[in-house]
Amino acid sequence: MSGLSPSRAVFLVARREFTSRVRTRSFVISTVVVLALMGGFVLFQALLLDNASRDTVALNGQATVLAEPLRQTAESFGRDIETVDVTDVAAAERQVRDGEVSALVTGAPDALRVVVKERLNDDLRNSIDLIVKQQVLNAQLAEVGLNPADVARNVDRAKVDVVALEPADPQRGERLVVGVVIAALLYYSLLVYGTMVAQGVVEEKSSRVVEILLSTLRPWHLLLGKVIGLGLVGLVQLVLIGGVGLGLAAVSGVVALPGVAGGALAVGVLWYLLGFFLYATVFAAAASLVPRQEELQSVITPISMAIVVVFVVGINLMVQDGSDTLVAVLSVLPPFSPIMMPGRMALGVAPLWQVLLALVLALLAVAAITWLGGKVYANAVLRTGTRVKLREVLTTRH
Amino acid sequence: MAQGVLEIDRVSKRYGDVVALRDMAFDVRAGELFGFVGSNGAGKTTTMRIALGVLAADAGEVRWNGAPVTLETRRRIGYMPEERGLYPKMKVLDQLVYLAELHGMSTDDAHRSAENWITRLGLRDRRGDEVQKLSLGNQQRVQLAAALVHEPDVLVLDEPFSGLDPVAVDVMSQVLRETAATGVPVVFSSHQLDLVERLCDRVGIVRGGSLVACGTVDELRSSGAVRLVVDAPGAPPGWADAVPGAHVVSVTGTRTVVELGPDADDQAVLRAALAVAPVREFTRQRPTLAELFRSVVTEEREA
Repeated sequence: MSGLSPSRAVFLVARREFTSRVRTRSFVISTVVVLALMGGFVLFQALLLDNASRDTVALNGQATVLAEPLRQTAESFGRDIETVDVTDVAAAERQVRDGEVSALVTGAPDALRVVVKERLNDDLRNSIDLIVKQQVLNAQLAEVGLNPADVARNVDRAKVDVVALEPADPQRGERLVVGVVIAALLYYSLLVYGTMVAQGVVEEKSSRVVEILLSTLRPWHLLLGKVIGLGLVGLVQLVLIGGVGLGLAAVSGVVALPGVAGGALAVGVLWYLLGFFLYATVFAAAASLVPRQEELQSVITPISMAIVVVFVVGINLMVQDGSDTLVAVLSVLPPFSPIMMPGRMALGVAPLWQVLLALVLALLAVAAITWLGGKVYANAVLRTGTRVKLREVLTTRH
Repeated sequence: MAQGVLEIDRVSKRYGDVVALRDMAFDVRAGELFGFVGSNGAGKTTTMRIALGVLAADAGEVRWNGAPVTLETRRRIGYMPEERGLYPKMKVLDQLVYLAELHGMSTDDAHRSAENWITRLGLRDRRGDEVQKLSLGNQQRVQLAAALVHEPDVLVLDEPFSGLDPVAVDVMSQVLRETAATGVPVVFSSHQLDLVERLCDRVGIVRGGSLVACGTVDELRSSGAVRLVVDAPGAPPGWADAVPGAHVVSVTGTRTVVELGPDADDQAVLRAALAVAPVREFTRQRPTLAELFRSVVTEEREA
C-alpha cells in the first residue's frame, strides 16, 4: 500500500468538496436561475431595442415617392423604417388605430399630412420634417437655376475640424458596464463561495468528522483542499455565467465590444482566484473559531461586511472617475484589488505597472493570510464545545 | 524488537492548570485486545487523541514498531473518536471510500474495502443512503467501518460499545476479536466492565491521568486482598473474629464473606468455621472487574 502524498491529500479533499457541491440541487438551481435571468434580460433588451427603433410607415398617393429618402434619413437617426404603399386611406387609418402601422403619410411632398395614433415620435417627425424642408429647398433652388444635387454636395463638404485635448473614449460607457459587471460577478462569487468555505469548516467541526480527518491529514491539507475545491466550484459558475452572458450579449448585440468583455472575463478569472484565496482563508479561519452553524454568522459578518463595503465604495468611485488617484491607490491594495482592479482594467484606465503592483501585493497578502489563517485554523478547529478566542489561538500551540 | 506493539510511553498533558495526563504509560501488543477503563475525565480520550496526533503531548512519546508515531504511521491506525463524526450529508459508500483514500489507499482498493466492510457490517441496503438518514445503530456501524476501511495495523476505539443494542454489541465484539486475531493490536475504552472482562486479553485502569493497574483480567482479579465465602448455617455471629488477620466484610443469611490480611491463613478460617457449625461451602472469591474498578475509584476519592 502506498503512502499519501500531500498533493494527493489536497486533491482528495478538493475533489470531495467539488463533487459534493456541484451535485447539490442548490448549485444547479442557482446556476440555472442566474442563466435564465440573464438570458431573459438579454432577450428582453434585444426585443426592446428592436421594437423601439423599428417603425412601419404607410405612404399614400404622391407621398409614395418619399419611401427611399425617408428610409435613408431615418437611418441617419438610428431608426429602421419599413415603408408600405397603401391606396385605401381609410383602411390605413384603421391600421394606425390598431397600432399595426406607426404613421400614415398622405398628401403632396411639400404639404404632407401625417396620421398617427397618439403622437408622432421625435425621430420620425424629424425625418419627415427634414424631407419636407429638403423638398421645398430643392424646388426653390431649381427655381433660381441651381442644381440641388451640386448644392447638397457643397453643403456636405463644409465641416468643422474638432481638436480634442483630452479625447474621451467613445467606448467608455460600454467599458464601464463591463467593468461594473465583472466587479459585481467577483463580489458575488467571493461572498457566496467564501461563506460556503466557512459553512464547510463548521460542518466538519460540528459533526466532529474533523477529528477523523486530522488523524490522517495535516490541517493545511484540509484547509487548502477545501479552499481549492470550493474555489473551483465558484470558478465554474463564474466562467459559465460570464461565458454564457458574453455569448448572449455578442449574439444579441447588446454589448458591441465582445473583445473588451472577453478580456475582462479572463482578467476577472485571474483576480477571482487571488481574491478567493485571500478571503476564503479568512472565512475558514473565522469559522474554525465557532462550534456550531448557529454561531457562524457572528464571526463571518465582519468579513462579509468588509467585502460589501469594498464593493460598494469601489464601484461608486470607479463609476465617478476610474482614473482618480484615490481609486488607483485603493485598486492596488489587497483587500480592494480583487474587486476594483479588474473593473479598472475593463475601463482601460489601469497602467501596467499598477496592475503588476496590485498582483504582487495580492500574492504577498495571500501568502501572509494563508499562513496566519492556517495557524488559526489548525489551533482552533479541534477545540469543540465553546467559541475559541482569537488571541488564545494565536499565542498557543495546540 | 517492539514489532507490532503500540507503546504509550510516559505521556503527559495539561490544559492550563488542569493535569489531564501524568506519565501515562502502557503498551498494546500484536493481536491483543486491550481494554482501557476509568471514570469520566480520567484521561482515556486524551490518551487516544494524543496517540492519533489529534492532540500534541507536552511530554512523552507514542511509538509504533519501536519508532515514534509520525503522520505516515498514524495513517495505519484505525480510529473511532469518542464524539462520533461523519459527514451527515454524504452517502455511506462515498464516505467510506473517501476515508479509505485519505488513509493512502488507491481508489480501486478503497472501493473494494468499503464494499467489503459494508457487507460485513450488514449495511448493504443502506450503502447509498446519507449518513444522517440512518438509525443511530447503523451510524455506529458506519463509524466502525470508517475505522476499519483502510485495513489498519492498529485499532484505537474510544467507547465503541456506547449506545449499541445487544445485537450490535455482538457484531462489534466479533469484529474486534477477528481484527485482533489477524495480529492487529486493538485498544478500546469502555464503561461496560462486564464486556471488557469478557473480551479483553489485558486491561488498564486509569485514574487521574495515570495508569494505576494493568494486566490480564486474571492477574487483576487475583491481586489485592483474598476474600473467602463461607456458608456455615448455624454458626454464631462473630465466629471468625478470633482468626488472626481475618475480618468479616459482610454476612448474608448463612453466608459470611471474610477478607484475609497479608499473613492470614485461609485454613485457619475453615477450622474456625468447622469448630462451630457444618460448612456447606468454602470458596475463594475473586473480585470482578467492576469491584476492582470501584475500589480504584474509591481510592481516588479518598486520595
